[in-house]
Amino acid sequence: MDAAALIQALTERFADAVRGSHAYRGDATIVISRERLLDLAGTLKDDAAFQMNFLMDLTAVDFSVFGKGPSPAFFASSGVVVRPSAELPDEHPWPGPPGPARFIVVYHFFSLPLKHRLRVEVPLEEADAELDSVTSLWAGADWLEREVWDMFGIRFRGHANLKRILMYEQFVGHPLRKDYPVNKRQPLIEPDGDASSHSR
Amino acid sequence: MPRAIPDNPVGAPAAASGALETRDMLLNVGPAHPAMHGIIRIVARLDGEQIVNADVEIGYLHRGFEKMSETVDYNGVIPYTDRLNYVSPLINNVGYSMAVEKLLGISVPERCHYIRVIVSEISRITDHLTCVGASAMELGAFTVFLYMIKAREYLWELVESVTGARLTVSYCRVGGVKADLPEGFANQCRQAFEETRRVLAESDALLTRNRIFVDRMSGTGKISADDAISYGITGPFLRASGVPYDVRKDCPYASYDRLEFDVPVGTRGDNFDRYLVRMEEMRQSMRIVEQALRDMPPGPFQVNPQTGCPLPASEMVDQAKVGNIPAIRDAYAVTDPTLDGSAKPLRVSIATAEKRVFLPSKEDTYGNIEGLMQHFKLVMYGHGTRPPKGEVYFAVEGANGELGFYVVSDGGNTPYRVRVRPPCFAIMSALPKLIIGDMMADLTPTFGSINMIGGELDR
Repeated sequence: MDAAALIQALTERFADAVRGSHAYRGDATIVISRERLLDLAGTLKDDAAFQMNFLMDLTAVDFSVFGKGPSPAFFASSGVVVRPSAELPDEHPWPGPPGPARFIVVYHFFSLPLKHRLRVEVPLEEADAELDSVTSLWAGADWLEREVWDMFGIRFRGHANLKRILMYEQFVGHPLRKDYPVNKRQPLIEPDGDASSHSR
Repeated sequence: MPRAIPDNPVGAPAAASGALETRDMLLNVGPAHPAMHGIIRIVARLDGEQIVNADVEIGYLHRGFEKMSETVDYNGVIPYTDRLNYVSPLINNVGYSMAVEKLLGISVPERCHYIRVIVSEISRITDHLTCVGASAMELGAFTVFLYMIKAREYLWELVESVTGARLTVSYCRVGGVKADLPEGFANQCRQAFEETRRVLAESDALLTRNRIFVDRMSGTGKISADDAISYGITGPFLRASGVPYDVRKDCPYASYDRLEFDVPVGTRGDNFDRYLVRMEEMRQSMRIVEQALRDMPPGPFQVNPQTGCPLPASEMVDQAKVGNIPAIRDAYAVTDPTLDGSAKPLRVSIATAEKRVFLPSKEDTYGNIEGLMQHFKLVMYGHGTRPPKGEVYFAVEGANGELGFYVVSDGGNTPYRVRVRPPCFAIMSALPKLIIGDMMADLTPTFGSINMIGGELDR
């Protein structure tokens, strides 16, 4: 199925859950509410029309400073935005981040038999950053969800072993959140060589 | 650090009724262990020599690739991508560049596509050589390791002649590549491949029918096709389980759709099949490179000794400063050897025509105000390439499987978010599944066949 057909089929099937869709640069994308995520993922995996047997990637984006990047200190922005070349038509403009929610969790599905890809985005509010785990459907979601918890502090309901994966257990905060300073240090051992006191 | 490993704790009698009391043993392998290449910790619960449970701990090489990418401009990420899979850095370069190009909606010239294919395939061979050689060494076949590293050296010389570096190549740019292939590259490539083929034949003779090697590899680390797909495993690892998924065939990018090659698949999904798949993939990669070298559109000659006149770049600047444009009009800039191809005639064939993305040639930068401004607009603080707001996912076939980049732009000159889908992350998450039920000694070939690359796994 091409991107448009895929979006249409899913919008019809999950009319109550789909909050938006786009096919920016040919990537079929739908935005759904988190309540129907497991339903949708199950359908995508098992339905003969979709056959998305691969969960290729699972990640998140923190949209809290989107479009609010610090303005250049010394030089005004040129304001020049690269436009697509004439060869690549830009029929589907990007509609912008999905809603006012701080986080989106991004799933990239791929169907090996049908060779189509789909991106599913689930917006999440910061105060209630929790959604259903898809570990029951794809074993590979286990580590991917742990990484999203580690990096963004988003919890997955039903995950059997939701602990940090890349950072160490004593680490405080979630480094890929936009409010985590890029140059912040959290040494495990204090510089004075006192190995017994772990920095918190 | 105590890790949660379920089931009976150490010390509890496993068989209460039997006359002989047995108990499980916890064995800690790593993070720095001589039998493990790469920093990783495996806590295995053993019953005798059999692994009954295992917990894998990663993250020892975490450098914050994704966080750092949010602080530099789009081209600034490329040196960081070198350090993802550091055995085949060129594929990472290509994947990231193409993802950003998709976001920008620009295309690159045909010759550039072919160059990217050529360097990717050379990298794939170096990666597979390292993987097969290292796992053979861990099983005692030290000769094969030396042979394969020798072959890899020939290929790295090729990489060095193209990029100027062996490992930290930073060869691709958003919208093109740094420089064209050097003169005589095809010849050099032919010689290197001759050597590589010889090494592959020798290694094949030493390993494929070697009783010890086959016994250790065959039937160990097995995974079924369904399980592999469920874990999101891609690349040679998946193909050894009989699933013919290859990004180059199924979602072709660059010029792979015009090149002929076969995708080898295994049947049993064990270590031995993965070895065979990798060996065959190296031969296919060489086939691809040879076709690409034959088919690629010719680039313009680097120098036309009859008409062009060489001028050192510094002199060109001086002439331009005093406004002596006629003196430099027909000159080409002589720059540092690693900047081969920054001369103007080469630009057309290796980089996009989009001026807001790619740096101008040195002749333009030094020779006219438009070129100078274009250069400044791209390199000065607060300017640079600004893709439109949007998000894209783009995948290439890395040496270990699907290497995907998910890039989000908010219209600024730094990426808002760069996410890399590292292929060996999925494979590593299946490691407990692969080793449970096998003997402790089987951990070595299984771990070797995963080809864990810490830079890519932990980012």
